[in-house]
Amino acid sequence: MTVIHLTGVGRTFPADPPVHALRDVDLRVEPGDYLSVVGASGSGKSTLLNTLGLLDRPDSGSYLLDGVETTTLDDRGRTSLRGSRIGFVFQAFHLLPHRSTVDNVALAEVYRKTDRAHRAQRAEAALARVGLAHRAAFDPGKLSGGERQRVAIARALVGEPALLLCDEPTGNLDRANTGAVLDLFDELGEQGVTLVVITHDEEVSARAARRVRIDDGRLSEELR
Amino acid sequence: MTVGRPSMGVRDLLDEAVAGITARPVRTGLTMLGTVIGITTLVITLGVAATAADQIAGRFDAVTATEVTVVIPTLPDPALPGPVAWTALPDLVRLNGVRAAAAVARPDSSANARVRTNDLHDPTSVTDRILPVVGTTTGLPDVLGASMATGRYFDDGHVARHDRVAVLGGGAAKLLGVVTVDDGPAVFVDGQAFTVIGVLGPVTGGLDKGLSSSVLLPHTTGDDRLRLGPPTTVLIRTDLGAAPLIAEQAPIALSPNGHAALRVLAPPDPATLRGGVQHDVNGLFVVLGLVSLVVGAIGIANVTLVTVVERTGEIGLRRALGAARRHVAYQFLAESVVVGLIGGVLGASTGVVSVVAISISREWTPVLDLPIVAGAPVAGALVGLLAGLYPALRAARMQPVDALRSGT
Ligand SMILES: Nc1ncnc2c1ncn2[C@@H]1O[C@H](COP(=O)(O)OP(=O)(O)O)[C@@H](O)[C@H]1O
Ligand SMILES: [Mg+2]
Repeated sequence: MTVIHLTGVGRTFPADPPVHALRDVDLRVEPGDYLSVVGASGSGKSTLLNTLGLLDRPDSGSYLLDGVETTTLDDRGRTSLRGSRIGFVFQAFHLLPHRSTVDNVALAEVYRKTDRAHRAQRAEAALARVGLAHRAAFDPGKLSGGERQRVAIARALVGEPALLLCDEPTGNLDRANTGAVLDLFDELGEQGVTLVVITHDEEVSARAARRVRIDDGRLSEELR
Repeated sequence: MTVGRPSMGVRDLLDEAVAGITARPVRTGLTMLGTVIGITTLVITLGVAATAADQIAGRFDAVTATEVTVVIPTLPDPALPGPVAWTALPDLVRLNGVRAAAAVARPDSSANARVRTNDLHDPTSVTDRILPVVGTTTGLPDVLGASMATGRYFDDGHVARHDRVAVLGGGAAKLLGVVTVDDGPAVFVDGQAFTVIGVLGPVTGGLDKGLSSSVLLPHTTGDDRLRLGPPTTVLIRTDLGAAPLIAEQAPIALSPNGHAALRVLAPPDPATLRGGVQHDVNGLFVVLGLVSLVVGAIGIANVTLVTVVERTGEIGLRRALGAARRHVAYQFLAESVVVGLIGGVLGASTGVVSVVAISISREWTPVLDLPIVAGAPVAGALVGLLAGLYPALRAARMQPVDALRSGT
């Protein structure tokens, strides 16, 4: 089933003059796709990500996530769908200080109906998947930037989401750490994880199998 | 695929709340300080008041609280009929709330009578004693709450026949060396012989007033032989709680026309006593404690509000992970409730320790009202709940998109 199906999606922010952050966007993402979204600053990338992540609601058009029409859902329904179907990776990592690495990863299950007994085990498995099994007990403050982002990716992977949404995942990382994260994305892509990576970095976007460009709210796919 | 409702278990909520407040232990400690001080003040105030009141009221125990004494003015000439007749006693006993009553004639003239036992009884003991001699009615042991150490008290028959019998108070018997009445020992009061038929046991309560060291005669006999005259005191044992009422009614029952001349000694009402003490102690400190609690609540609210702003990114993350608005609200509410609860527990503990320490230093018995001690943590939690409402609401209102934009 198609993971993302946008048809004629528009998002306008009330201002003077109004900002058309997204204009008539059509997009299909199939399971296992590795898609990058590139565009200049202010072109509408974050707005697109917020829409895809059900954090924001489009003003027009239709958005089916895993076949579910989301534009008609209420706040509760979108929250539930977001928690169960989407894994987020942010530029700022958003790891909780004073909580161990494994606790941070396990946080992904707090708002889902899962058994608590094996939660730590699943979190450790997710950490192993990003190559950080040996860092489970660490305070995230003691990790390198690349490691922190991999912890955040592990958190996003818990519960096998239909979609991994990454907003400038390498924005705070140096070359070497960026490379490690991109290698991990390649691996995840091979494992069949559906990836949407938003970036303004051409090099990062070059690693993705598909690339769409957003310019002044208009989306266009670059065929290679 | 169906779209369910976002959910969060209670244990997860508590875990997250505890993790939230333990992340900054010093700040959390300072935050709960106001609550701790407020609860401590309240527990100490109420605890010390209850202890002090109990201390004062304790002097008037259940026995003393049922004792009423009517003092009858003595006339210059004991031969004249006094304001209260011996025959008035049944009218008094009939009153509702009177357990037992006894009239006693104890004129000054007989306060220092020369008393000796039969020389043959025990040649070795010193037998000449100065003792009070009193005339009484038959109900005296009941009023005093005393049983007979040996023998029996005189009865209506003895009184009616003016029998020359005597009962010795416990102290008097000891002084006179009378241990048993089996062989009918005699006492001589101012040269007149009386057969001892009993010895009074120990007297509890406050009505004794020297009776246990007296020689007790039937009032008829006493009047005949020693001119003891009309009653000078009436002792009354009431039902519990009836003392104030009986204190009012007794003079009228004893002397419908001359009651104004009678003086009544009744125990103070313990309830009034306790209330009065609590009034004195509580007022100011309760206000102080409540003010501290309000300050404590404002402190928690303030810090929680700061925390909410600081943790904007975390709130955004939680929303991204599937937390509904109410889950975010619950978490901050739970954090402030736990802070208040711990503050309440600490305050109650400090308060209890203080009350015990104060009591020990004054040699009082500490009285700890269970509802107060148990209610203190609840009050603390309530303070936390109220304090957390607004910050929790603010946290819940945050838009996840805005919250995630913040860099933390
Ligand atoms: N909440 C908002 N209110 C008003 N304008 C907004 C809001 N969010 C984004 N915009 C505007 O929409 C446009 C697209 O923003 P954004 O999606 O954040 O771009 P990008 O992530 O590509 O830099 C920008 O011009 C931005 O100023
Ligand atoms: Mg952006």
